Amino acid sequence: MKIQYIKRTRDYYRAQGFEQDYTWAENTATPFQPLLKPLADCVVTLVTTAVTEPELPKPSRTAKRYRFDDTPAAFDTSELSWDKTTTHTRDRGSYFPMEILKDMVDQGTIGALADHYHFVPTEYSQANTLNKDAPAIVKACIQDEVDVAILIPL
Amino acid sequence: MTARTLEQNGISTIVIGSAWDILERCGTPRVLYNDLPLGNPVGKPFDLQMQTKTMQYALQLLAEASEPATILESPFQWQSSSAWKQHFMEIKPEMRDTLRQMGEENRRQRAHNRAQGLVRK
Repeated sequence: MKIQYIKRTRDYYRAQGFEQDYTWAENTATPFQPLLKPLADCVVTLVTTAVTEPELPKPSRTAKRYRFDDTPAAFDTSELSWDKTTTHTRDRGSYFPMEILKDMVDQGTIGALADHYHFVPTEYSQANTLNKDAPAIVKACIQDEVDVAILIPL
Repeated sequence: MTARTLEQNGISTIVIGSAWDILERCGTPRVLYNDLPLGNPVGKPFDLQMQTKTMQYALQLLAEASEPATILESPFQWQSSSAWKQHFMEIKPEMRDTLRQMGEENRRQRAHNRAQGLVRK
């Protein structure tokens, strides 16, 4: 049985006294970019919701790229909504599998890791995600000549 | 939503996630679904074998998916029992007051942020 996160979130915030339910994005048509070349020739990046710069106040965080070479040993996940009763995020690989991707590059499974990975904030405002964060990540990915983005929200 | 925008701009994507209903509703181009607690979408902490297999499934889906909104479900389980699925955002009767206080603190913090100009430009 899959967890019904939309219902659970709605009930949880109602119990906190919020009168207006969050409206999750809903789309019937879905864009699709087929892979145009073999994975072994593709430049790959990661997009994460884990926080690289926790010193920035949460309300002012925006999408940002960081060099894979500067990946922190541990991201800040404390403000994100994950199951803190059942599990933990002390293993970076459980949500940011950079080492596995590097091994796949060495094995020739994928072509290369891009220069940068990307942070996308978990935003209440869908307009901010659609009109600001997502276009910023697109722009940065194009600069890095990315073919494939692997998005791993916590 | 970010994946959708990337696809619209010629970049193939896959989302690895554990919230099936949210990803399905949003119209996500490709999803590798892992039925694991939120927080470890790639695999159990320190289980390199599971994490590696997840990435192999993800790349397989990237290479083979031929139509939008394709969701592949991995065979992985958190544990044989599904008891853990009750914990996330669980509401117990004795928690009502605590939850109400959390909400008040949340609203207070948001109002404070707005007053301080701590909002996105």
